[in-house]
Amino acid sequence: MIAAMGLIAMQTARLSFRHGGGAFVGLVFFLAVVTVVPFAVGPDLRLLARIGPAVLWIGALLATLLGLDRLFRDDHDDGSLDLFVLADLPLELTVLAKCAGAWLATGLPLVVATPVLGLLLGVPPAPLALTTATLLVGTPALTLIGAIGAALITALGRGGLLVAVLVLPFTIPVLIFGVSATALGGPVAVTDPLLILVALTLISAVVAPLAAAAALRGGLD
Amino acid sequence: MALVDLANPTRFLSYSARLLPLTWGLAAVLMAVGLYLSFFASPPDYQQGETVRIMYIHVPSAWLSMLGYAVVAVAALGTLVWRHPLADVTAKSAAPIGAVFTFLALVTGSLWGKPMWGAYWVWDARLTSELVLLLIYLALIAVWQAVDEPGRAARAAAVLALVGAINLPIIKFSVDWWNTLHQGESIFRVGGSTIDPSMLRPLFVMMGAMTLLYASLLMMAMRNEILRRRLRTLEITVAATGEAGGAEAVRAEAGG
Amino acid sequence: MSSHVGFIVAAYLVAAVVLAGLVGWIVVDGRVLRRRLADLEARGVRRRSLAGGRR
Repeated sequence: MIAAMGLIAMQTARLSFRHGGGAFVGLVFFLAVVTVVPFAVGPDLRLLARIGPAVLWIGALLATLLGLDRLFRDDHDDGSLDLFVLADLPLELTVLAKCAGAWLATGLPLVVATPVLGLLLGVPPAPLALTTATLLVGTPALTLIGAIGAALITALGRGGLLVAVLVLPFTIPVLIFGVSATALGGPVAVTDPLLILVALTLISAVVAPLAAAAALRGGLD
Repeated sequence: MALVDLANPTRFLSYSARLLPLTWGLAAVLMAVGLYLSFFASPPDYQQGETVRIMYIHVPSAWLSMLGYAVVAVAALGTLVWRHPLADVTAKSAAPIGAVFTFLALVTGSLWGKPMWGAYWVWDARLTSELVLLLIYLALIAVWQAVDEPGRAARAAAVLALVGAINLPIIKFSVDWWNTLHQGESIFRVGGSTIDPSMLRPLFVMMGAMTLLYASLLMMAMRNEILRRRLRTLEITVAATGEAGGAEAVRAEAGG
Repeated sequence: MSSHVGFIVAAYLVAAVVLAGLVGWIVVDGRVLRRRLADLEARGVRRRSLAGGRR
């Protein structure tokens, strides 16, 4: 069973890295968002450093959500989705494996790019390290929550922005605690929000596969 | 008259037809009494003056925005777990109504806030949670709009509604936490830490009036939805088989 | 405090307008649906359950 899940995860990741697979575009979108912000707020480095962790988080959030609409789309189109539903491996675990693969291909590169992009925003080393850490913990949650939206739009036959619209409210707690965990020397110790963030990721690892599987099944009749 | 009898859409139509005059009538009476009490029989707040009267519509609206979501969530359970025939109808009808009351809570909250805080919106915990609730309602409505076939739309919307139900406590907790972290100027309190009893009476009457209004609107919207489904079935059959075939039209979907 | 009357009036007015709009929308929607169902019925298209008894 674990082997099957590993296979699905690796396959998902590999397909995403291929031409037109979406991994690269997500990363470029992340860079684009981070680049656009200074044009809007001005190049004052103190301001940028202060909002830097938040901008990185928002960029990662958008890059993740907007790239997830194809998570189940290809499987739906070529019939693999029906096979997944009928297979021995529970659909929920298949979804979990696909999310793992999607995170490896889209989420992890975002985390790796964060230190570099943080430099663009002038974020000091300590908050930047924290931002990278919180994104490492939090982007899986974003992928998982986004998968619920992806499953819904696959069932509905729509796409794109609708994924973000459907699940954005549910990513707000992740965003709140993710950014709060970067605020060194703030009113709250950083460990509290960080632990809550871990909890949120774990909760979404349970709830999201259940919900996404239910959505996929509901859309197949 | 078992509760399961209500499951039959036709029965629901006849029961609701009998209930509606009652609920409307009661709502009207309570509204009249409530408005009188709100304006003429309750004192201004010692802190907020006359503007506290806005509370008498803001609090009921907020309460109904949450009750409305509970209705959607329970209906969603009915769709997914029990495949209750009326559950789909309830969920679809309750979503826009709940959204309207959420919107009303936001607007009245904002109008209450301007004289108090000096700004129409200050991202305080309660109003921000209401805003997120509105987003969730709008997402649900988007799902209902996106699919023609009522059964599939119902199942998709039901999944989203239940995910929302699970998330709402988490969101509420997160927003409260976030708000205390970024504590601004004044803390928003309704009439001090406790509400004077002379204010409770108009508040409860208005709550009752608006809840009855909600129930009336929900029943009417559900009746519309049942008719809409019948219409859809008939029109599909006419399109498929012509008028002669339509004359033997299939019975309206029992399961949605 | 009388300068705040505007806000109170605005709040109750918005509530009245929005709720009236909601009622209106539901009522009008119902009328349109009933008319279209009546049209179909007039053309001889019926629900099978009307011809026989309940299932």
